[in-house]
Amino acid sequence: MKSDRGDIELAGVCKSFDGATYVVDGVNLRIADGAYCCFIGPSGCGKTTILRMIAGHEDPTAGEIVIGGQNVVGLAPVQRRTAMMFQSYALFPHLTVRENIAFALRVRGQSKADRLRVSDAMIEKVRLTQFADRLPAQLSGGQQQRVALARAAITEPRVLLLDEPLSALDEQLRVQMRQELRRMQQELGITFIHVTHTQLEAIALADLVVVMEQGKIKQAGAARDVYAHPHDRYVAEFMGGQNVLSGRVEKVNGASFTLAQAASDGIEVPLQARATISVGDEVDIAVRRDDVALVRPGRDLPPGCTTSLPSRVLAIEYQGYFVKVMLDTVPDDEFVAYVPEKTFFADPFTVGDVVMATWATGSALPLA
Amino acid sequence: MSAVLAEMPKSDMSKTVMPATTKAIAPSKGGRSWTFYVLATLFSLYVVALYGPMFCIYVLSFQDIRGGLVFPMKGHSLHWFVDLFTQVRTGDVKGSFDRSIKLAVIVTIITVVVSFLAGLGFRKRFRGDTFVFYMMIGSLVAPGLVLGLGTGLLFQALGLNASWYTSALGAQLSWTLPFGVLVMFAVMSRFNHVWEEAAYDLGASRWQSIWLVMIPVLAPGLVAVALFGFTLSYDEFARSLQTAGSLNTLPLEIWSMTLNVTSPSLYALGTVTTIVSFIVIGASLGTIVLIQKKRGSQAKG
Repeated sequence: MKSDRGDIELAGVCKSFDGATYVVDGVNLRIADGAYCCFIGPSGCGKTTILRMIAGHEDPTAGEIVIGGQNVVGLAPVQRRTAMMFQSYALFPHLTVRENIAFALRVRGQSKADRLRVSDAMIEKVRLTQFADRLPAQLSGGQQQRVALARAAITEPRVLLLDEPLSALDEQLRVQMRQELRRMQQELGITFIHVTHTQLEAIALADLVVVMEQGKIKQAGAARDVYAHPHDRYVAEFMGGQNVLSGRVEKVNGASFTLAQAASDGIEVPLQARATISVGDEVDIAVRRDDVALVRPGRDLPPGCTTSLPSRVLAIEYQGYFVKVMLDTVPDDEFVAYVPEKTFFADPFTVGDVVMATWATGSALPLA
Repeated sequence: MSAVLAEMPKSDMSKTVMPATTKAIAPSKGGRSWTFYVLATLFSLYVVALYGPMFCIYVLSFQDIRGGLVFPMKGHSLHWFVDLFTQVRTGDVKGSFDRSIKLAVIVTIITVVVSFLAGLGFRKRFRGDTFVFYMMIGSLVAPGLVLGLGTGLLFQALGLNASWYTSALGAQLSWTLPFGVLVMFAVMSRFNHVWEEAAYDLGASRWQSIWLVMIPVLAPGLVAVALFGFTLSYDEFARSLQTAGSLNTLPLEIWSMTLNVTSPSLYALGTVTTIVSFIVIGASLGTIVLIQKKRGSQAKG
């Protein structure tokens, strides 16, 4: 047999169903062997199509898909040694849990004794022994998911592909099954590729988060990287947790530049990696919502803060360990501060109060 | 409160309390509104109209040797059933029954196989699919007698002998196939194509995916198609009339008997054929129940 490695390389992968519009448009990506990779994006962004192309259920219109050093385009899923877990699990309704899990072995022509031995071991691994003789319809959502996982894993794939695996579950179960997925991935030691539209799911699970929009990769990187250092407005807004502001560059001085603002003195932003900014450019910047501090007018700004924007409190939502304060800082755009619960209630604001929104200058991030 | 009530005179209490209680109890006392009774009566009449005539036939078939074609009933015996299978003058009942069953079985097999394949074919859209579909449905609307006549003429023109297993088979299929395909479409619409994809993902060949996934999942639907094929063929008359050739099928035999047999053995034949129909329907439903029960008990195990 060929390589056991499950590293994947997508090179210039394109897919068009009608020959005119591209659902996947020139995707290049490297996924390390044994990584947990999450594709995230709104519906219709092409993430599921990429998954199905890696799985062998769809052929790319152009480009190469390389798994373990071998171009797999045109090969059947079994030859690729990939396995897919379908969105609604696609368990065979007429077969019991055991028969579902042993299906791949059955079509390979393994003897019944062998089949039973291997499938029962797998059933135990996913803790379904007491349900082995049930039909899928008699299982809960979480149990069905485990059957689907076991059925895919029994083929000993080098890559496991999961199409929105948690979307059919309710909130509580979702968090629980999330951990189970991660545990299985570590136990099997293979590459997992997981498609989702839930940001929380992606950053909780993935070693590699791939943000997509309209068939293109917007940003790919470690979860913390994508969340804390979004490349552009789209990624910042999609991943959430950021306030995005825009404005014209007023002056550039050394390691920072200043963004003109109508209602205040302007925003000072460190240049960081952006060396190409010049006066007059329209620039977007991002400030994390939990970096924003709110100060009553006339009081001193916290140390390290050079920018403060006068704002009115529009709404307040209590979220437990923090309080979400919505402000009118930016006209026609959302601006939110996540204030720690204890800080907020030491001197609580009410709707309509005027406050100064401020943040440490170093935490502002210029976007592409 | 209870003390106050106890002190009140009885008549007073009924005056103040009763109206409220009767009002509250009224709907559950009657249970059903008047529309229920109207509709129930209507339905009962419908059932009588549906089964009454057949019931007369069944009852009259159990007369003794003095029996006639009309009420009142004269004695009771199985005489006319014996007569049916022994007397030559009543016609070739045994032979035609035999032919009808064989023909129905052949029609059933062809209908199930072709409908299943058509169901597979129509999963995806293809060029001219609506045209093919309407062409197929078209033969349902064509008058059976005309279609049978045409088939007979065509066979004659081609110099072929019309017989129950060639021309009549073809004429009957023109009737059972569209029905079978329509039922199959309904059955297929509940088949999730992701199951096929999952089978492919797990390494199943096309045959394995059909044999191990599609057919078992669709089994109850396929039994339903078979039942349709069998019953439509078994009592088909109009299309068989001009196409059966020299040897009659059972419905044709019964029809010719109505013209020249004037004894209750005609009714006995009606009773026998009804029993056969019920056996076939019972067997089909039994199979469906058995499939579901088997799955259920597997599940409990």
